[in-house]
Amino acid sequence: MSENNPFPNESNTGHFWDDSLRELTNDPPGWWRIGFHASWLWCLVYFVLYPAIPTLDGYSKGTMGWTAVGEYKEDLASIDKVRQKWEDKINNPNTTAAMIIADDELRNYTVRSAKVLFGDYCSACHGSGGSGNSAMSADQSGYPVLADDDWLYGGTIEQIQTTITNGRKGIMPNYGARLSEAEIADLAKHVVALSDGSEHAAGKELFNNPTKGGCFACHGMDAKGMAALGSANLTDAVWRFNVVGKGDNRQASATHTIAHGVNSELIDPASRNAVMPAFGPLGKDLSAGSIKKLAVYVHQLGGGK
Amino acid sequence: MSEPAQNSQSVEELYDEGQEWKLNTGEETIHAKRMSGRFRTYKWMAASLWLLFFFGPYLRWNGQQAVLFDIPARQYHIFGITILPQDVWMLALLLLFFAILLAVVTTMVGRAYCGYFCFQTIWVDIFTWIEEKLEGAPAKRKKLDKAPFSVGKLWVKSKKHLFWLLISAFTGLSFVAWFTDVYQLWVDYLTLSASSTEWGTLALFTVGTYVLAGFMREQACLWLCPYSRIQAVMLDRESLIPTYDLNRGEPRGRLKKGQQIEGNGDCIDCNQCVAVCPTGVDIRHGLDEGCITCALCIDACDSVMDKIDKPRGLIRYESIDALEGKDVLPLFKRPRVLVYMSIMVLAFVGIIYGLMNISGLDIKVLHERQPLFVTLSDGSVQNKYELKILNKTHDELRVMVTTEGLDGVTLVGAEEPFLVRPGKVTPYTVYLRLPRRQLEEPTVPVYFKLVGVEKPELNSTYESMFIGPR
Repeated sequence: MSENNPFPNESNTGHFWDDSLRELTNDPPGWWRIGFHASWLWCLVYFVLYPAIPTLDGYSKGTMGWTAVGEYKEDLASIDKVRQKWEDKINNPNTTAAMIIADDELRNYTVRSAKVLFGDYCSACHGSGGSGNSAMSADQSGYPVLADDDWLYGGTIEQIQTTITNGRKGIMPNYGARLSEAEIADLAKHVVALSDGSEHAAGKELFNNPTKGGCFACHGMDAKGMAALGSANLTDAVWRFNVVGKGDNRQASATHTIAHGVNSELIDPASRNAVMPAFGPLGKDLSAGSIKKLAVYVHQLGGGK
Repeated sequence: MSEPAQNSQSVEELYDEGQEWKLNTGEETIHAKRMSGRFRTYKWMAASLWLLFFFGPYLRWNGQQAVLFDIPARQYHIFGITILPQDVWMLALLLLFFAILLAVVTTMVGRAYCGYFCFQTIWVDIFTWIEEKLEGAPAKRKKLDKAPFSVGKLWVKSKKHLFWLLISAFTGLSFVAWFTDVYQLWVDYLTLSASSTEWGTLALFTVGTYVLAGFMREQACLWLCPYSRIQAVMLDRESLIPTYDLNRGEPRGRLKKGQQIEGNGDCIDCNQCVAVCPTGVDIRHGLDEGCITCALCIDACDSVMDKIDKPRGLIRYESIDALEGKDVLPLFKRPRVLVYMSIMVLAFVGIIYGLMNISGLDIKVLHERQPLFVTLSDGSVQNKYELKILNKTHDELRVMVTTEGLDGVTLVGAEEPFLVRPGKVTPYTVYLRLPRRQLEEPTVPVYFKLVGVEKPELNSTYESMFIGPR
């Protein structure tokens, strides 16, 4: 091959095609060589500094001790550091939730950070933003709206905090076992009338008769409910149990509640179900600080007292 | 048939041209001769505007840096005016203004930006000025470059590079100074306690300036710079550019015994125009992609014309059309100029309008969506809103929020004036309550009015919605 090289003074490999097409043995360009050597040098350095090589029992750790999860934890720690000054204040047992509300900066921080907690623990039942949920529970008892100003157990910040910490479970007997259907219908008519600011004579009679309904014992003489018992205010426009079947059928809803009661499923399977679980030490065991945060969040949703 | 003859002739010409045609791809350093003259003076004057870049940050205004682009706080301070990200549309107009300014100037007088204002041109000019002061005239410099290594050469060269690096570092520092307090910056750099961003930017600009102005020079204009390429296509046949008057100069020829040869043009082939060119262009070949229209060749040629008692202007600012004897429209009758000018005026008016109408207060209202509304125990409907109140002033402000456009509505949560933080957005939650019977439609507009209690001239209005059950 090389003896009949037509280009003897040229550094070619001696491979020819079509007479003149040939492979040269030029050096690669300088920039390319710099890039090449820089690349493998970089690799060496990287392999020494960082985890890179699989071994039988794991991988080489690298001299820098870098790990992805370590970097993640560092980032988390740096965020926690920023939050620390507010978190310290909130977690301090001497800081009450009311004090958080009074402090603009602390309240803003609390509301932002509690939004996540609310999403984790509360919104499954109460809906995001405390919009309530009427369709989710199987018996259609629904879950209370937290953004309105009607509170079964009181809407002050302290009462909300207590509710979250210990949970709530009010009880109403099933009057279907004691009263006739007509009497229950009359009572229901009275409840609907109360909500509209009037009353129903026959129903009122039953309401105040201790041997018949005796409703006043829990709901009060004025039917405005008692926060200590969690009995509903029957005179306002907000209905805790609103839905029976479809639509806003208040008469049917009241009838159902009176007939079957609330949380009386042991004696009446059709009873309304309304249980708020405890999030304090008795239940989910959230920290006192988290519960404070949640109370502040719920309080500002729209109807805190 | 005369065509083949013509063809062969033109190929001959191509060969001739090929002999002369040379593109410096950086294999040789251009050592341009420096000489004084009219355009040299203009160039210094234009270059001196860059002193603002170096010393502008030291200006103070009301105890603050007069011009400060505070990126971490997302605020621009320009002589007491605070510009926030919300005002970014003005930046867009400013960019539009300068883009069109570049276009209109280029249409009229060619790459004047490149020749007189561009930092690459100016910094190269300063760097070569230092080179000349230290190493002498171009011929001496070329000799020095070729000379073998010696202590003397090392000494001269290292002095030059030291000065270059000092200027580069000062360039970097001055750049950073626009983004942070300059006095504190000096302290931070000198005590080695500057942030990594500050060190990084300083290093980047030092190395960048040193390499670009010291070594890349005209190669940066040829191969790196997009503007030089863009500007080249913004020229037209009516643009005024430094042009060699072919009709007057050709055929060129050297003087014989101090006398011009009969029949020759005014160009005496002294090559001064090439010698002074910072990009190594021969202007006599016509418009060149390397030409930054700095007009130093005009100075050079004029000085030679003075020497041989010929009128100045063999090389002069002239359009190609004028050179070919065609009529040239006056500047303000050219459609391109007029269109560019009107865009510029619009952008300028927009910026002025924006600056005059930057309110110190701004309100945005976000309607709560979860839930859209709630029914309260008294049967009224409540909507929740988050107010985002932006206070652009430097002081804490007491503000009052009221609503308009919805009769019978009660604003809850902002009954009293409240404080908003300076230079920041303060979020504030309020509720609107409306008796159900007064809600005529499921959705009605409502206006939030924000006003400074002590400064009623600061105010802002935002339209939102009140939503109720259907």
